[in-house]
Order: sequence, then structure tokens, then C-alpha cells
Amino acid sequence: MGEHKVVEHDVVVIGAGGAGLRAAIEAASKGASVGLVCKSLLGKAHTVMAEGGVAAALANADERDNWQTHFADTMRGGQYLNAWRMAELHAKEAPDRVRELEAWGALLDRTKDGRMNQRNFGGHKYPRLAHVGDRTGLEMIRTLQDHGIHQGIEVHMEVTVTKLLKDGDRCVGAFAYDRERGRFRVFKSKAVVLATGGIGRAFLVTSNSWEYTGDGHALAYEAGAELVDMEFVQFHPTGMVWPPSVKGILVTEGVRGEGGILKNSEGRRFMFDDIPPLYVDQTADTPEEGWRYVIGDKSARRPPELLTRDHVARKIVREVKEGRGSPHGGVFLDIAWIKEHIKDSEAHIRKKLPSMYHQFKELAGIDITKEQMEVGPTTHYAMGGIRVEPDSQMATTVPGLFAAGECAGGLHGANRLGGNSLSDLLVFGKRAGEFAAKFAAASSPPSIGNDQIDAAAREALAPLERDPGADVGPYRLQFELQQLMQDKVGIARDESELTQAVEEIQKLKARAAKMGAGGSREYNPGWHTTLDLSSLLTVSEAVTIAARERKESRGAHSRVDHLGKDPEWGKYNLVLRKGPDGRMQIRKEPIVPMRPDLQDIIKEQG
Amino acid sequence: MASVKFEVWRGNADGGEMKGYEVDVGPGYVVLDAIHQIQAEQANDMAVRWNCKAGKCGSCSAEVNGSPRLMCMTRVDELPTETPITVEPMRAFPVVKDLVTDVSWNYEVKKSIRKFQPSAPNGPDGTWRMEQYDVERPQEFRKCIECFLCQDVCHVLRDHHLHDRFAGPRHFVYAANMEMNPIDTGDRVAQLRDELGIGYCNITKCCTKVCPEHITITDNAIIPLKERVVDRSYDPLAKLIGMIRGK
Repeated sequence: MGEHKVVEHDVVVIGAGGAGLRAAIEAASKGASVGLVCKSLLGKAHTVMAEGGVAAALANADERDNWQTHFADTMRGGQYLNAWRMAELHAKEAPDRVRELEAWGALLDRTKDGRMNQRNFGGHKYPRLAHVGDRTGLEMIRTLQDHGIHQGIEVHMEVTVTKLLKDGDRCVGAFAYDRERGRFRVFKSKAVVLATGGIGRAFLVTSNSWEYTGDGHALAYEAGAELVDMEFVQFHPTGMVWPPSVKGILVTEGVRGEGGILKNSEGRRFMFDDIPPLYVDQTADTPEEGWRYVIGDKSARRPPELLTRDHVARKIVREVKEGRGSPHGGVFLDIAWIKEHIKDSEAHIRKKLPSMYHQFKELAGIDITKEQMEVGPTTHYAMGGIRVEPDSQMATTVPGLFAAGECAGGLHGANRLGGNSLSDLLVFGKRAGEFAAKFAAASSPPSIGNDQIDAAAREALAPLERDPGADVGPYRLQFELQQLMQDKVGIARDESELTQAVEEIQKLKARAAKMGAGGSREYNPGWHTTLDLSSLLTVSEAVTIAARERKESRGAHSRVDHLGKDPEWGKYNLVLRKGPDGRMQIRKEPIVPMRPDLQDIIKEQG
Repeated sequence: MASVKFEVWRGNADGGEMKGYEVDVGPGYVVLDAIHQIQAEQANDMAVRWNCKAGKCGSCSAEVNGSPRLMCMTRVDELPTETPITVEPMRAFPVVKDLVTDVSWNYEVKKSIRKFQPSAPNGPDGTWRMEQYDVERPQEFRKCIECFLCQDVCHVLRDHHLHDRFAGPRHFVYAANMEMNPIDTGDRVAQLRDELGIGYCNITKCCTKVCPEHITITDNAIIPLKERVVDRSYDPLAKLIGMIRGK
């Protein structure tokens, strides 16, 4: 049963999106032998879905921009719960990380003087997102992939990790199966980097692909790592809502960056009705000022459609709840209106937003150059993740385990700004790879007990040995979990529903532990879904428990029974860890006071 | 909801057959929705690749009613339903199971292509200056999502199985993207001729027709590359100059 192939590397990177690829490239450049493990084919990871751009204070489109402003914007967007050291490193290093992509073949859109162009995005004071139309993520992953394949990295495609392996406290490898034949593979290494992305598949309406089942979060948690900020799940304000088969698919914030406006069924631009105090000074007073901002007038302030995602999502929900929504339960997003200002606006929209044009044309039969879109919130991003040391990205409680990108927590605090995810991948992917290679070079060869491997193999095979007909099957159980999370742990939360959800999750866990999958080990998605369920349930529990604990509304976490921010809660992050009794433990972790020079920056930036 | 008949190829490398399924199709359904429904309710172990379900990752390539398509971008209501809708794996690659094929050959070919080699930065700040006009040409090729539908439809691979001497449209697009990158200094012309077999392409433009990203593969990528090969290798004057210069 425990039959397996052993693969040895200095560093094993799990996940091959932007963060994983960047980590692998860096570790290899430091002389480490690197294995890159991905659940899908190389180049298909969720990074391809990123649309709007990568945030970096290049100051190409507006010379007033600098790392200090990017830092202050990121902290403000995160409602000051961010790990400020990560926000500092991110703002300082993002420009270099973006520039080096061009040396690897990326071709980003240009300014008139031939430099990388930058566009406006929510929460960013200046136009800051380097981009390629609305397919920036594809450009990034392909650039890293095409560069990475020449760096001596061994890629293990369609291989899924189910357990991290340890030698004492140290993380020294991973147990995995290949999709094609269901054969087991044991990765032995001196350091492991997790770059597995997010948890969106725990919710019914999501912009995330099937892979986003919180594997890295759950693997790390099971291996003794801490999770932080799990209550903060970003609901992107604009996902497609019609037809049902495409519900949740992302509509890039770039639409609003290029001048798109939100309207309710009465045709009112409702975003002007309610501007949060933190942003009053930065927001346009009139539609006319908002438009001037879009076309680059430096004296104008941002239109309210470009407020942070948490705020915009809540306002859309309010419009729908109060009966001013669109026919299919969203609101209207209109980019066609810019014809009032731009000659040949149809060609302009097709050029700036080509994927959006095709997405709506082909999937919804709507021509966005002429008609309004219908949009509503969709689960998009996990701010929370594995708690890491800011500089090295090593997990706080597991030596040898590193995390980068969406599966790591800290950078974004209570809410992530658009564009800060792609820069996060690059900055901290590189750091994780660098420090993992360093750690590996200083480490002795690991020893992995056979008992760990046998136990992992038993666990992986168990679903195939159980009766597949005893319950509703893995897909339906996953659907039940998604429905539960959507209804009770979504945009508007309250104590009683969260408590119910915690109980329901326990019941689903018990059922999942008995779930059988029919068929063989050969490329069997039913079996894979059963195994993924375990990760999904762990992260769902983490989100729900943290959401119940934080009795305030801040950023993406919104409690109808505790409206508004509570300054006391602003002093803590919530940290989760597996207790000695196997149950999830939660604690309030005081935020380390910010370095005085960084405090000064926040004050100066208003 | 309308009930629609599907026939899906089930099997593995040892063989297989078309199996019939009935699916209740909702508004806006794409073929991948139907496959997912079959998977959830009738055949839990049906193998299919997919990721984004939004036409951006290029994972769910298959042959729908005989033509290479992304399942996630093929609306069921645009297909005739008098006869069952057939869904089969891509034919140009070996079957793994059901709708999943072994596309690893593509990754091998790509790795063999001479990599991107940037010139020294020409900006005072150590970066490159490039005009939007100049980047737009290769940007078209960088839209490629590596779905390999162009490889699947290409008769050189599909019917003649010349995988050992012909790289296929995807990789000509890849090579063209580097050849036309304003800062690339690499030279892939000899490789295109000798190893990648660009001469086998007889510009039937099938690849362009199936490209879900609407890349003008033949006209904008392959023909200009063929011209470079011809200029270098078969133009008598260029050849003479090349001989004198020792190239």
C-alpha cells in the first residue's frame, strides 16, 4: 500500500502559480536543486485569471508616486491590521520585481515615452498598475514559466500533495499522488515552500478555479503552523451574475479603472451616496471630477467606484437588498457611457478590455461597448493565511516550511487592494525561494519515518475502499459546504449564523471522513474531490471560527450584530493553531507596534 | 431546463467507447457545465481537465461535435440538439483517460526552443524603452493560453503524426513572440528550419480558425517566420553574402 517513488530535492515548491514559479526560480538561482509540484498542468494556475495589473510604485504614469505612498495605501486598505514589515518590503521591492519581468520576456503596455504604463485601481492614490490590457496574470505566469523551464527546475505536473512530512519540528518533505495513475510520490527535501493560493472553492459563488481548495493552508495547519487573519475573505464587488452557469466569473476592476460606473435600477450612481471617512479627502465630489481623474487629470480625485473592494461590495449588496438591483440580482456596470467623452469609444473599450469584451459577448451575449453589464460580489481572495516571518516567509512555528502568495497571511490585513496580489507573488515568492534555499544549504539531510508515509498512504486510499453509495458523493457534499459558507459566512455575518455554521461544518467533517469514491486510482476526479474536501473543511472551519471571534466590522469582515470598527479590535490579529487535542484553537495576538519612521509615513500621507 | 443528449468518450489508452448521458441544461450552459453535471450525478470518476471555466487557462480542450473547442466557451444553445452532442478527447495526443490526453510532448518541444535573450537595457534607469506600436505585434502572440487546439487541428500532427520533426502552430507562435520582441537578440531561424520543421506547414490556416484567442496564427506568426527562413536560406544573394561573412 505504501508503495511510492522517492524524489529528492533541496527545496520543494508546492504550487506553480506566480508565487511558486518565482520561488522556484529564485531557489534555483541560489544553487539549490528544486522540485516544483503543481496540481494542474504548468501554466494553468489561478494566476492566469488575474486581469487588471501588478501594483508597483514605478512612478511612470505619475512621477509623484513612491514606495512610501504605496506602503501607506496598502496599510489604509488593510485597515492597519497588516503585518507592516511585509507591507514595507512589498512596497519597496515591487518595482524591481516588475522590471525584471521584462528581462525575462514580458511585454507590458507602454507609456508615450516607451516605459511601462500604469493604470488606476481601487485604493491606490496614483495610477500604479503595470498591465497588459486585461490579461496581466497570463503575461506574468507565462513569463515566469518560460523563464523557469530553462533554470534546471524539475517540474512535477498534475501531482497533488496530501501531507507534509516532518523530521521532529522541521518540515522535510511532502507526500503526494499523481493524477494520471494515482501513484504515490514522496518528496524528500531540506525546505518546503507552499504557494498553493487561496480558498475560494469553499464558497458557492467564486471567481476561483477548482484548485483553490485551501490545500496549503490546511497542509501547514496540520503540520503545526499558525494561520492568521482567516476571517478576512475578500468578496470582489464585480463578478458576473447572469447566466447562472457563469455566476461568479470575475469582471476586472480595470473596467472601473477605465471609467466604468456602477448604477442601480433607477439609474442612480449610488457609490456617490456613501463615502467612508477614511477616504473622503481622496474621493471625487462629482461625476465630472471622477471622469477627469480617469483621464489623468492630476488635480482630480478618484471616483467612488474606485473605493476599496470591501466597501464597493457592501454597497452593491445594499442596493440589491433594498430592491434597487438589476433583474438578476446584481447592479449595473456601465463602460459604454464613456462614448460621451471619447470618440470611437467602442474600439477604445475593445482595446483596453479585450477579455471582458469577449467574456460577455461569448458567455452572456452582451456587447459591453454598447450595453450595461450586470455584476455582483463574488468570493475572490483570502487575506488570511499561513503566519510567516515577514523577511524570510518562514512559518512562525515550523522550521523549514515557507509560504508565499495568497496562502501566506499578513501583507493585506483586513482587505487587499487590487493589484497588490500580483506584486505580492513576485516580492514574497522571491523571498521565500531565497530563504528556503539558504535554509536548505545550512541544513542536514532529513530523515523521514516510514510510519508517516504509511499513514499518509492509508489516508489517501481510504476513500476508494469505502462504499461510494453510502452518502451523496463528494461533489454534492462539497456543494453543501459551499452553500453553507455562502449563506452563513458570506458578506454579512452574525453570531448565531456563525455558530450554526461551526456546528454544520463539524457534521460535514464527520460525513466527509466516511465519504467513499467509486472508480479506480487512474485519473479519478471523484477520488481527488474527496481528498480536497478535507482541506476545504479545515479552511472553512478556520474562516468561521475567526469570523465569530472578531466582534466588529472591519475591511472585508462585516458583522451585522457588531457594526462599525472597534478601536480595541484594531490592536489584534486572530491566530489559529491545531491544539494538542486535535481541535482548532484561537487566540488574540497583539499587533507589534509600527516602527516610528513608518508611523511618520502614515501620518504624512494623511 | 431542457433535457439534452450527450455522447462522451469514455476509456483509456487501451481503448474506449462513446457513452450516452442525458443532462438538464440550464440557461447559458456551456459544454463544460454539462460535463460537470454528468460527473457530479452520473459518473463521479469521469476524467476531464479544467481550471478557470472562463476561457483563460486553456485546460478544457476537447472535440465537440468533432471540432476542437474549449468546453468552457462552447454554449450548448448554439449547438444542434436533434442528434446527441458528442464530446471526445483531442486526437493529436495520446489518451490518458476519458477526455484527458497526454500533452507533455508540447512542454518538451517548448523547452527545446532557443530561449529569450534580451539586449542590454537602453534606458538611463537600466530598463528598456519600447514603443507601444512595436510591442503590439508580439503581444498578439502572448495572448496564447496554451490550449493546444491549434496543435490538435493541424493535419501535420493530427493525420501525419510528425511530432518528431514538426513543432506545430503553438510553438511557431511562441517562437514568433520572441523573434518579434523588440529587445530580443536571439536567432531561431535555423532552428525553425532544421529542428522545428516550419516547412511542413502548408498554410491551410486551420489553426487560425480554431484559436479561441483569435490569434492570426498563420498570417501573423507562421508566414513571417517562413519568410525569414526563406530569406536566410534560399535567397541566392543573401546566401552569397552569408558565405562571404562566414555565416
